[in-house]
Amino acid sequence: MNSEQQYIDLFREARQTICSHSSDAMNAVRDEAFRRFASAGFPSKKVERYKYTDLQQLFAPDYGVNLNRVSIQVNPYDAFKCDVPNLSTSLYFVVNDAFYETQHPTPKLPDGVVIGSLKDFAASDYYNRLAGESNDAVTDLNTMLAQDGLYVYVPKNTKVDRTIQVINILKAPSQWGRTGDEALMVNRRVLFILEEGAEAKFLFCDHTADDRQFLTTQVIEAYVGENASLDLYCLEETHYKNVRVSNVYIDQQANSRVNHNVITLHNGITRNRLDLTLSGEGAECDCNGCVIADKEQHVDNNTLITHRVPHCTSRELYKYVLDGASTGAFAGRVLVEHGAQKTVSQMTNQNLTATREARMYTQPMLEIYADDVKCAHGSTVGQLNDAALFYMRQRGISLSEARLLLQNAFINEVIDKMQLEPLRDRLHYLVEKRFRGELNKCAGCRLCK
Amino acid sequence: MLEVKNLHARIGEKEILKGIDLVINDGETHAIMGPNGSGKSTLSAVLVGNPQYEVTEGEIWFNGKHSADGRLLPEGRKNLLEMKPEDRAHEGLFLSFQYPVEIPGVSMTNFMKAAINEKRKYQGLEPMNAAEFLKLQREKRKIVELDSKLANRSVNEGFSGGEKKRNEIFQMAMLEPKLSILDETDSGLDVDAMRIVAEGVNKLQTPETSCIVITHYDRLLEMIRPQYVHVLYKGRIVKTGGPELAREIQEHGYDWIKEEIGEE
Repeated sequence: MNSEQQYIDLFREARQTICSHSSDAMNAVRDEAFRRFASAGFPSKKVERYKYTDLQQLFAPDYGVNLNRVSIQVNPYDAFKCDVPNLSTSLYFVVNDAFYETQHPTPKLPDGVVIGSLKDFAASDYYNRLAGESNDAVTDLNTMLAQDGLYVYVPKNTKVDRTIQVINILKAPSQWGRTGDEALMVNRRVLFILEEGAEAKFLFCDHTADDRQFLTTQVIEAYVGENASLDLYCLEETHYKNVRVSNVYIDQQANSRVNHNVITLHNGITRNRLDLTLSGEGAECDCNGCVIADKEQHVDNNTLITHRVPHCTSRELYKYVLDGASTGAFAGRVLVEHGAQKTVSQMTNQNLTATREARMYTQPMLEIYADDVKCAHGSTVGQLNDAALFYMRQRGISLSEARLLLQNAFINEVIDKMQLEPLRDRLHYLVEKRFRGELNKCAGCRLCK
Repeated sequence: MLEVKNLHARIGEKEILKGIDLVINDGETHAIMGPNGSGKSTLSAVLVGNPQYEVTEGEIWFNGKHSADGRLLPEGRKNLLEMKPEDRAHEGLFLSFQYPVEIPGVSMTNFMKAAINEKRKYQGLEPMNAAEFLKLQREKRKIVELDSKLANRSVNEGFSGGEKKRNEIFQMAMLEPKLSILDETDSGLDVDAMRIVAEGVNKLQTPETSCIVITHYDRLLEMIRPQYVHVLYKGRIVKTGGPELAREIQEHGYDWIKEEIGEE
């Protein structure tokens, strides 16, 4: 297959249009990304990091791209009721790849904090610095085509108390396409800059606002300065026809703290890549993942945590519950570089396959080039405990309810790790609804009804 | 209450029960004794519908009224072999497990609430409200002197051997079964715990409820006084007597019974 050709042609033809609706910092790196993409193309499944998700196939369909930035008629404030309410968050919306700028009550943020449209703020000293080195075809494609996205800047020693909630809505323009049901590609870009001592918590909720087929590429870059603290929760609740490829790059300076959580509650095909580098001594990260899939859904989490310097700590816990004929994949790699002594690293991946048809691929990897470290990794794939199921049935609990209780119990371990309390409570509720089959797509979104 | 006719069951290719006949009337307590491997636990597992065992022959009838000769009258009786384990429980069958299962992540309270409310649903009743449930739980816990802290813990996880067995009787108290089967509930208990468990079981007995006690020792039977003692051997009930039979077994073992039935 040769899926890349249409994107190469598109860029050649539309380069002017793409650039004219974007900014200098974003345009400056396009040609380099294009050169790499055009020469390498999409990786096949023989490439280690894409072993479990066939990019060639995902990118083969003819997607429309809103390069002319036809405006999208939606007032998310009217139409949207998020699934995670009562969080008293500062609320923002991103529609496809565009920060929603229309007049709305602006949440009060501490002085100097900026949250806005990427094309207005992106600075070339940060933009694409991490992503440009990553050697990933989807990242390059995103860099080529992305015109906008979200920009977050938290200045030195500034603490944002309120959680910042960003709702990413996928929606096709109303007059889009010849038949009105064309598939749409969205290339979203996010840049976080947290300076020294800055602190902020983010909750990203990804939803689809109509039932077209979407393909989203997302690249998130986060620069976390010394002593800074970043909490990033990414919750996906999209529909069966949605394809998402998200690449997250995080760089941590000394004594910084990152808590990264990715939750797939409902999706079509999802591929999440996380590359996190511990660049300064004393940095610490927690990376958690929670996946619930059924039918033909596919979720692939691929993580790389690099310990570049001594005295850093990383912890990873990913849990999957796979029902129906869904497939899951987890490939986690921890790389401890030369001299990164006193590294502490723990990686765990546990999976429950509820049916014979569900498939899980798990591949925990440790690569250590230092001799004084404490590293552990492990993974399990199992079924529900028959003895426990029977014990519950003997007490009068029906088989379906017993299964639900056990699945809940299994996934709660990872949900309980989430430190955002209202989100945690809400997730317990949403997950239970999901297991009961009552959450077919984003439940809170009136747009998709 | 219960009528078992010519019950045969196997696990895999191995036949374990080879024709059990047993009638239990309302208000009766029966003890089942027998050497290791004779089929006692299999019998209890088959009664409650454990899917690991396959019933190859025979009948199990539950509830309904007994005729003069002890058989259950066709009207109102339930064919247990056609019922799912959860429905057998709803009909009033309870097993105190020899090895209670640990269920990490499921709290005792949620577990009990699910059990109670599913039973109520089966009976056409509304779910019990939270206050009522907590009150009930508090009362029933006292029967077996169970620590209230255990309610917030996962089912049986980190419970001591004694706590696990007391927790079984607590669940029995909550669910108010008609027929309770205690499968070696005395194993692993110290004398005080055994007394608490036995007293708990006695408090729960009424003229309408019955009990099957599976045990190796007459100590428990001195506290839960059965009317009948059956000896199960090689998948059959080979001898039935009164409480004195348990004492004889305690003193002389099973050899004399094996001799009686013509085995060495």
